[in-house]
Amino acid sequence: MTKAIGLEVSLAIAEAVKQANVDIVAAYPITPQTHIVEELSVYVANGELDAEYVPVESEHTAMSACVGSSAAGARTYTATAAQGLALMHEILYIASGMRLPIVMTVANRALSAPISIWNDHGDIMSERDIGWVQIFAENGQEAYDLTIAAFKIAEDHRVLLPVCVNVDGFILTHMIEPVLFIDQKKIDAFLPPFKPAMTLNPDKPVTMGPVGVPEVYMESRKQCEEAIMGSRQVVAEVFSQWGQSFGRDYKLIETNGQPRAKVLFVTMGSQGETTMTAVQDLSESGESVGQVRIRLWRPFPREEFLEAIAGAEELIVIDRALSPGVYNGPVAQEIKALLYEQPQKPKIHNVIAGLGGRDVTVKDFKKMYEMSRKNELDPNYTIWGVRSDA
Amino acid sequence: MWEIRLHGRGGQGAVTSAELLARAAIATGKFAQAFPSFGPERRGAPVQAFVRVDDKRILKREKIYEPDVVMVLDPTLLDVVNVAEGLKPEGIVVVNSSKSNQELKEKHKWPNVAAVNATRIAVDILSVPITNTTMIGALLKASGILRAEDMEEVILDRFGSKLGPKNFNALSKAFEVTSLN
Repeated sequence: MTKAIGLEVSLAIAEAVKQANVDIVAAYPITPQTHIVEELSVYVANGELDAEYVPVESEHTAMSACVGSSAAGARTYTATAAQGLALMHEILYIASGMRLPIVMTVANRALSAPISIWNDHGDIMSERDIGWVQIFAENGQEAYDLTIAAFKIAEDHRVLLPVCVNVDGFILTHMIEPVLFIDQKKIDAFLPPFKPAMTLNPDKPVTMGPVGVPEVYMESRKQCEEAIMGSRQVVAEVFSQWGQSFGRDYKLIETNGQPRAKVLFVTMGSQGETTMTAVQDLSESGESVGQVRIRLWRPFPREEFLEAIAGAEELIVIDRALSPGVYNGPVAQEIKALLYEQPQKPKIHNVIAGLGGRDVTVKDFKKMYEMSRKNELDPNYTIWGVRSDA
Repeated sequence: MWEIRLHGRGGQGAVTSAELLARAAIATGKFAQAFPSFGPERRGAPVQAFVRVDDKRILKREKIYEPDVVMVLDPTLLDVVNVAEGLKPEGIVVVNSSKSNQELKEKHKWPNVAAVNATRIAVDILSVPITNTTMIGALLKASGILRAEDMEEVILDRFGSKLGPKNFNALSKAFEVTSLN
């Protein structure tokens, strides 16, 4: 095993994209994603990466260029955040509808207004239904590993869908921390060159993304639904191959803390690690507490999630996004809908925490636990840490 | 685990100090994090950066509220910011100052102080009053987190063959002359 090096996580992601040997990077810089594509543009300029870097004038064009290049058979990457992701919105559906295996990093950031460059999951939660496979990384190593794995998942002919890897803006993207890089030869063996199912080619003309009249549109949408549902198995397979090849195991749903604990935190993204410290401290003082971390958000790994929470009496579901007007955050809505059909339902406390870069600390998680035990958390949802003068 | 908070002004290199410290710690096989305070970056305005160093994996992603060590790059900050806010009872303030440890300790009621005239060292060796690398020497002497020589490789890598050795010399000089309390 090589030695971990300390570097900014954005640069580790850029290294992953370089090692995945992409053909096209089309991106528009936006904080907190900029360092990733800046570094990639350096690699292209100095010849370290044999690819085209397409500097575009907006994220709408960035994703449009990605659609074109992926349709032409090129391994294609982009990155964005917040308003940039929102500006891509209509093209995101076209990428999945045309079954194009683009890989994108979303450096999760709050949506305006008020303008915030800081982290939350509001950006990706507004894009839940785009038909992309959506994965969350918890630390720099995962951001590096999952970026490479994302290409293998996307390009698998049973999937052929775009994949986005969510990385908390600033909290991960701007963090200097240890990352183990993998030898290029091993990555090449893991990730063979992209073999598109069909390409735009003047010698063999095809039409992609034409009009879907009412007689075919539903069939086309159902195929997309089947593809993303089917991708769950492929994601699990690729994670398992990753573990065999490189020794770091990833699961669709990760657990932590005492098995079959009474109270479980449910987290997504980098908050998972801070929660681990709270769970460890609480367990040491005799509390029956554990943790479930959602790594694969789309498609939602229903069976794995139900298995992970089996026997729990209470869930404290953390949402880093607001879903205005419906009481619960997106993750809690999902889980409540899933549990409706289940004979055994744990009690659910939904906590909306860490919007727009608000720090969520070990102490906060311990306080949430304490309040849940005393039944002091709102039965619907609690918007955490809002100043009483606001 | 060591939790270190760095105070500087925008442009003085506090964020670079944090990065260099974490990279050097990781290169010795330790675990470390370094991150800025993610605010709007304005030259001259007070800024903070954070470093954690531990022998095991760090599972904490929050700012540092109760630091073991505070490092202050700019003496004028002492009038503007309570740099010792949240400092642990046995914590150390490493400060760029021409005043003595004793004088600072009495004036500010800090538990432990390591003062060094980093501006003087930086001007003498680097010919500019940029103290971020110099102050790392004082920090390491006062805390023992790493050896001074552990910093050499990352400093040469960061500043290149011309400025790198000068920065490492400034760091080493501060390491040599700093004392705790």
